[in-house]
Amino acid sequence: MKVFNLIVAGYGGQGVLSLAEIIQRAALKEGHDVRGVELHGLAQRGGSLLCQVRFGEKVYSPLIRKAGADAIIALEALEGLRSCYYGNKERTVIVTDTRVLNPSPLSEKKIDADNLVKEMKKFAKRIEVINASEIVEKLTGEIAMSNVFMLGYAIRMGVLPIKRETAWGRVSERIRPQFLEMNKKVFDEAFKR
Amino acid sequence: MGKDILEEEGKKVILLGNEAIARGALEAGVAVATTYPGTPASEIGDTFAEIAKEAGIYFEYSTNEKVAFETAAGAAMSGVRSIVSFKQFGLNVASDSVPPIAYLGVRGGMVIVVADDPNCWSSGQSEQDSRYFARIAHMPMIEPSDVQEAKDLTKFAFELSEKFGIPVFLRTTTRVNHMRGTVKLGKIVEGKKVGKFEKNVKYRNFPPEIMETHKQLHEKLNQISKVYEASKINFFINQNAKVDLGIIVTGVSFNYLMEAMEELKLKIPLLKIGTSFPLPERMISNFIKRFKKVLVVEELEPIVEGEVKRIAKDANPKVVVHGKDVLPVFGEYRPEMIIQVLAKLTGRKIPEDLAESKFDPSKVEKRLAQLCPGCPHRASFWAVKKAVGPDKIFAGDIGCYILGIHPPINEQDFAVSMGASLGISHGIERATKEKPIIFVGDSTFFHAVIPGLINVVHNKGNVLVVVLDNRTTAMTGHQPHPGTDLTGMGEETKALMIEDIAKACGVENIKVVNAFNIGEFTKAVKEFYSLPGVSLIVARGECRLQTVRKIVRKGVRIPKFEFVDQPSGEEAKELEMFGCPAIRREGKKFYIDQNFCWGCGVCSQIYPGGIKAKVEK
Repeated sequence: MKVFNLIVAGYGGQGVLSLAEIIQRAALKEGHDVRGVELHGLAQRGGSLLCQVRFGEKVYSPLIRKAGADAIIALEALEGLRSCYYGNKERTVIVTDTRVLNPSPLSEKKIDADNLVKEMKKFAKRIEVINASEIVEKLTGEIAMSNVFMLGYAIRMGVLPIKRETAWGRVSERIRPQFLEMNKKVFDEAFKR
Repeated sequence: MGKDILEEEGKKVILLGNEAIARGALEAGVAVATTYPGTPASEIGDTFAEIAKEAGIYFEYSTNEKVAFETAAGAAMSGVRSIVSFKQFGLNVASDSVPPIAYLGVRGGMVIVVADDPNCWSSGQSEQDSRYFARIAHMPMIEPSDVQEAKDLTKFAFELSEKFGIPVFLRTTTRVNHMRGTVKLGKIVEGKKVGKFEKNVKYRNFPPEIMETHKQLHEKLNQISKVYEASKINFFINQNAKVDLGIIVTGVSFNYLMEAMEELKLKIPLLKIGTSFPLPERMISNFIKRFKKVLVVEELEPIVEGEVKRIAKDANPKVVVHGKDVLPVFGEYRPEMIIQVLAKLTGRKIPEDLAESKFDPSKVEKRLAQLCPGCPHRASFWAVKKAVGPDKIFAGDIGCYILGIHPPINEQDFAVSMGASLGISHGIERATKEKPIIFVGDSTFFHAVIPGLINVVHNKGNVLVVVLDNRTTAMTGHQPHPGTDLTGMGEETKALMIEDIAKACGVENIKVVNAFNIGEFTKAVKEFYSLPGVSLIVARGECRLQTVRKIVRKGVRIPKFEFVDQPSGEEAKELEMFGCPAIRREGKKFYIDQNFCWGCGVCSQIYPGGIKAKVEK
């Protein structure tokens, strides 16, 4: 396989790093060479967070070039738009949560997800929009497991070329036993949508 | 997940660059590892902390980088292999002790990992290029360009170090430290665990013998240069391609070049240099002879470029050496920059999608890093502001609290280096007679504040010090420090109390307050700020991220707060100024986002009666 270029975007605290790492480990399991980059330290304190994952026969660069993404998984819509630096009208597929978290918490102005999606479309071949956080919150009482849902959903929509079993195997390796059942529920829910 | 680094030989695993460095050290039979955490190097130490017991080695988080370096050096002087890791500023802290160790030499291999941070992803102080330091210290420097090399070259650095009896730098950049990818593992070797200190006059490092040692050191570097010429660390790609351009590259940019050549369908002869110091002069000299143009690709300072230009004077005076004329001297390089430069130098067309893409990131509203919800530092900033107003001089230092630079907090007027807030504030006070308020963290206090504190006491300064004691080194990933009761090996130890140390330093007015109790804290600040001389408040309150993790692991729900009444006037303004990211607004209406509230309850002290603890139904 030629190198597959994936951006995982969100803000610090959403589990962006965990999601990227799970996908990397799944890609290795399926026999790919894998490289990517993460951001640590300062970037994790609620700020914009963007991880890059690349896999294929042989990968050199850990960084994706501008307009070079095959897929973008956005755990929040504003961060989805921000990652459109890597978007490409010919090949990028974006999967984004409809949730928007205004970076200015006290702003009276509402940021409309539809407008963000409209803007994202300019930099993508296809876009899949899903109210992941809402679904997960209904299912579990909080939005924390949205990253696992989005992993499932990206596979379900044929955006992420990883087998469902391989991905779940890597999730289950990572999660504390007491949270396993709930995560399975969230992951499986993604395939019913 | 850290246990992957203990997997058996021959296996392919996914490792972070920093984990790969730790694995490389284990494959070299390391016995002692030390660090003071600093991103992008932090996970090297954290990996050792996780596996030290199982791997049977010694690891410590030292008080600061200088002590970490000295501890590793002592071990290597005694004949066992040691590694010390820190970020670029950590090397500055250690620097006083570094050059002398090259002079007196080591018997066990010693590797010094220094992580530079082009683009300042997690470094607020300068965009330093530590490759210069190898030249100051007369120590060889090796530079990996990917996660596999991070492991392999660490092992090589140990062997080189032990062979020549000199510490070796392993210089990385953020994109190598935080690259995650496939690594093929080698064999973990049980190294020598017990050394012996053998007395040697050489260790006394004293003139006039020191000049003789200096001379020998240069001879040693010449020998090392010869080893480099023959090693696989420096290698050629497309060596026989018949074009008039050659490329010399160091570090992570090698990967961008390989892919840029593939995309532009170019085959350009390339020399990849993994030995930053000393450079393989003869290799460079032979390589550049046949070209009209040479492009040097190195992030930050034009160090290799300068050397290539010097070598070219003899080897090929007509060659045009490109480097910082076509690539920036600041920031990090990106794949698209390299594609554009190669296209320009070879007359190729820039790929259409790259030329066409008109995404403007500046149009997307910025989302800055901020203090977490429930952070005790936010409460401290609020209490101080409440006590003395927003206009005093607020000295900043290095830690999570640097995020107090952002509005609405605005209580970090400057930041220089670990512990610098004491000295700088003292100077400001001497020059202006204005009394600064100094914020320092607990880990920072032990690291570098104490001499500054003694200095203001001894010289009769006039400052108020607020130690933000959140019981951990939070910014870099929650490492322990001398104020906590666990070592880096997870063993119980004596926790030193900051107030006791302050007392021993001669500070007369000392108070310990609960950082989450705004009333008590504000009163203490008001009282101490009006007293002349040096006062110190320890604002004690556990890092909320740690508290929340403990709560969640117990399987208990985090307590939450909610508005029972809408604020108006002064209360609304105060809540805005407090700046908790969980307090949000929908139109005019305030609400607490239940996904973010971490239940510290400080907001209910700012707006008593209007915000209450949520009762779980």
